[in-house]
Amino acid sequence: MSSVPMLEITGLHVVFGGLHAINDLDFTVDEGEIVAVIGPNGAGKTTFFNAISGMVKPTEGQIAFEGRSLLGLDPNKITSRGIARTFQNVRLFANMTVLENVMVSQHCRTGQRMVDALLQTRRFRTEEEQVRARGKEVLGFFGTRLTGYRFDQPASVLSYANRRRLEIARAMATSPKLILLDEPVAGMNPVESAELTGLIGKLRDEMGYTIVLIEHDMSVVRDISDRVVVLDHGEAIARGTYAEVSANPQVIEAYLGQSAKGS
Amino acid sequence: MTVTGDFPTTQGTSADAASRRRLLDQDWQKLVRAGGILALGQVFIALSGMPVNFDRRLLIDPILSLGYLSLIWLPLVVSYWVGREQVLEGMTAYARGGRDVLAGAIAGALGNAGLTLLVVGITHFDIRDPLVNWSPQLLAILHFEESVWLGAVIWPVIGAATGALGGGMHCASTRITRTAVIAGLTVFGAAVLESVITDLSQGFHIEAVSDWLYGPKRGLTYPAAIVVAVAAIAVMAGIWAYRDSAMRAGLVGSRQSPAAPGESDRSRTVWRRFISRRLLGYALVIAAVVVLPLFLGRLTNELLANVGLFILLALGLNIIVGLAGILDLGYVAFFAVGGYSVAVLTSPGSPRFSPEMPWFGALFIAMLLAGLVGLFIGAPVIRMRGDYLAVVTLGFGEIIRILLLSDWLSGTFNGAQGITNIPGVEVFGLATVRGFEPRSVLYLVLFFCAIAIYVSWRLENSRIGRAWMAVREDETVAEVMGVDTVSAKLMAFVTGAVLGSFSGAILSAKVGSVFPHSFAIIVSIVILVVVIFGGMGNIPGVIAGAVVLIGVLGGPNQPGLLQEFAEYKILIYGALLVWMMLQRSEGLIPSVRRAQELHIDEMNQDAWLRAQAEADDATGGGGGNSSVGEQP
Repeated sequence: MSSVPMLEITGLHVVFGGLHAINDLDFTVDEGEIVAVIGPNGAGKTTFFNAISGMVKPTEGQIAFEGRSLLGLDPNKITSRGIARTFQNVRLFANMTVLENVMVSQHCRTGQRMVDALLQTRRFRTEEEQVRARGKEVLGFFGTRLTGYRFDQPASVLSYANRRRLEIARAMATSPKLILLDEPVAGMNPVESAELTGLIGKLRDEMGYTIVLIEHDMSVVRDISDRVVVLDHGEAIARGTYAEVSANPQVIEAYLGQSAKGS
Repeated sequence: MTVTGDFPTTQGTSADAASRRRLLDQDWQKLVRAGGILALGQVFIALSGMPVNFDRRLLIDPILSLGYLSLIWLPLVVSYWVGREQVLEGMTAYARGGRDVLAGAIAGALGNAGLTLLVVGITHFDIRDPLVNWSPQLLAILHFEESVWLGAVIWPVIGAATGALGGGMHCASTRITRTAVIAGLTVFGAAVLESVITDLSQGFHIEAVSDWLYGPKRGLTYPAAIVVAVAAIAVMAGIWAYRDSAMRAGLVGSRQSPAAPGESDRSRTVWRRFISRRLLGYALVIAAVVVLPLFLGRLTNELLANVGLFILLALGLNIIVGLAGILDLGYVAFFAVGGYSVAVLTSPGSPRFSPEMPWFGALFIAMLLAGLVGLFIGAPVIRMRGDYLAVVTLGFGEIIRILLLSDWLSGTFNGAQGITNIPGVEVFGLATVRGFEPRSVLYLVLFFCAIAIYVSWRLENSRIGRAWMAVREDETVAEVMGVDTVSAKLMAFVTGAVLGSFSGAILSAKVGSVFPHSFAIIVSIVILVVVIFGGMGNIPGVIAGAVVLIGVLGGPNQPGLLQEFAEYKILIYGALLVWMMLQRSEGLIPSVRRAQELHIDEMNQDAWLRAQAEADDATGGGGGNSSVGEQP
C-alpha cells in the first residue's frame, strides 16, 4: 500500500442551515480498495458523495485526493482529477443517445476546439474516432446490453437496469481513478443485482478502479467490499470488515431502532 | 349505482349488436361543452374582424371568400374533435356510423348558434365602443345581405352541415379522410398562394397556367378548383398505392431470405438506403435553392430573402435555446448589434463616426462586436437558471434597444431617426447587392444561411455540441461528468450572437436603414416561436419553421404570403404556439433522435408481423391471422 491514501478526508462537516448532514467525518480509501458506505436513510451518505464530487461545499474539513486538496474546485475539475460518480436517482442525459452519453463524459479528457470541428481538422477526426472507440469499449464492458443497435437509441428508451449500467459506463468513460457508486443495484432484481456485483468486482480487478459505493443491499456489500463504513446522523459509527460491522450492536441499533435492544 | 350501466358493451353477448350504438346514445355533456367552446370561438373570430377584413379576398371565385372560410373551418375541426375516441386495448371499439354524424351536426349547430346570437345582438344593441367590429358590415356578412331572420336561422344550419361533415370523417377510412383533408388544403393553398404562383408562372413564362387558374378577383376559378382537388387526390392515391406495394415487397422479400440475418446487418442496410436517399434529397434541395431564384419574380425573391434572414436568426437562437437549453428572450440584441455596427461603419450618413468601410469589413467587425456583446450579456446570465435567466435576458434585449434610442448615444446612433443611406454590398468587385434587387439579396442571404447551417451541423456533432446537449439535459450532472458548463454556455451565447449578427448586417444593407424600433422585443419572441414551432435543436425543423411562419404569415416587420393576415399574425402565432405545445411539443419536424425512436417501433412491428406470417406458414395458414387485421 502506498504511504499516502488515495482519498483522505479529515474532520468533514457539512451543515445545511440547522441540519448537520455530515458531522466530523474521517475517511480514507487506499488505491485498489472497494469500500462500502452504509447507513439508514438520511444518514448523510449521498451528501458525503456530493461533498467529494464538489456538488456541495463542505462547511469545514479537508478532502485530499492523491495528496492534493479538492476543496474549492468546481465539480468538472474534480472529475478531471480522476473522481467519477453515479447518481442514486439515475440521471442520464435522457434525450442523448447511449453512445453520446459516454462520449460527452470524455469531455475533460479531450481537447478539440470549435475551430477543429468547423474545419474538420485531422485532430478533430482522430479525436472523434478515439472518443467513439473509447465509448464503445466502455459500453462493451456490460456485454451486448448497451452495444449494437443500442448505441443510437436515446437513453430514455432503456430499461431501468440498463440505465443503471449506462450510468456506470458514463462514469467509466471519464477515465477516473476513483469511482463513487451511489446505490448501483437499487431497483434491480436479484439476478441483475448479482451480475452487477460481479461486474463491480471486475471494475476493480480488471480495470483497476478504486471504488466507494453506497448500498442498501447487504448481500452486495458482503460480497464485494473490503471495508465497510457505517454512517448514522452524519457520523461514522462503525468501521471494519463486513463481519465486524454486522456484529456491532451500535450498527444493529441504528438500522433496527430501539426495539432491537430488547430482543 | 349500477356499475354495469357505465360499461354496457363490454358484457354484450353479440359483438355486432354491442359495438354499434344507437343514434341518440350521445355523450350530451361533451356535445354541449364542445358547442359552447365552438360558439365562443366563432364569436371571437367574428369580432376579431377577420370575416369583414377578408371578405374581399376570394378563394374560389364566385362562391367562397376567405372571410366566410374563417367562419366555416372551426365547426369542422371541433366536430371532428368531438367524435374522437381513444381506442383502449381490451375494450370494445364501437363501429362508427350515423351517431358520429349526428354528434358532429349537433355540436356544429350548437356552436354556430353563437353566431345567431351575434346577429340578433348586433341588430338590437350597439356596443361598437369597446368592440370595434360589432358593426353593420359584420352583420351584412352574417346575414348574407338578406334579412336578419335568414342570418339567424342559416348559421345553425351551416353549422349542422359542416359539423356532420366533420363528425362523418370518423366513418370513412383514414385514407379517405386524409386524402380529403389534403385535397381541401391543396385547394386552399393554391387559392391563397395566388400571388406566388402568378409570380412563379411569370418567371417560367407559363403565364397561361396562372391565367387559367385564377379569376379576375384573384380567386381560383370554379373548374380550376376542381382540377386542383382532383390532382391532389390523384397524387395521394399514387402515394398510397406505392406504400402498399413497398410494404408488400418488404414483407415478402424478408420472408424469402434463407437465414435470419443479424439485427445489425439488417439495420445497417436500412440505414444505408435511408442515407443515400437522404443525400439525394439534399442534393436536389440545394440545386433547387440555387437555381430557383433566377426564375422568381421580385415579390417572391423579396419574400424568400426575409425568410432567409429569419432562418439565420433562428439557427443562431437554436444553438442557444435548442442545443444548450438556455432560454434567451433577448436574442434581438445580437440582431441589433449586427445591424447597427454595419450601419455605423458603412453609411456616409452615420453621425459621429463614419469610416464608410466596405460591407465585408464591417461584417467582420460586427461579428467581433456581437461576440463581445454575447460574452458581456452571457457572463452575468449563465450563473442563473430557468425562469430567472429568461427574465434577465429579456431585460438585456430591451437595454440594447433603449440604448440605441437614448439621447445619451444619439450622437452616435441618431436616436429614433436611425441611420439611413446604408450602401449595398460590394462582393469583391464582382457584383453589387442592393435592397432594390431582391434576387441579389436572396443570394447573399442564402450564402450566409449555408454558412450557418454548416456551423450548426458541425458543432452539433462535436465535443462542444455534445457538451451543450448535456447542459441542456441536466446541467448539474453535466458538470459532474467533467463538462466545463460555464465556458460551454458562454460559447453557445457567442456562437448564437455571431450568427444573429450576420442577419442584422444583411438586414441593414438590404433595407438601407436601421431604426431602434426594428429591434423590438416582439422580434425575439417571433424568433423563439419559429424555433419552437419548427422543432428545437433540429436544423431542418428550424428552417421549416421559418419558411412556414415567416414565409406564410410574415415576420414582425416583414409581410408574408398571406398579406391579408398581416393584422392577425401575432394572434395566429400565439394560437399556433399553444396548439403546438399541447399537441406536438417536439415541433413541426422532430429531431432525429425522436424519429429514430419511432423508427425502432416500426422495425419491431415489422419483425412481429413477419413472425406472425411465419407462424401462419407453419400452421398451414390457420386462423391466427385475424389479429393482423387483414380484410377477408
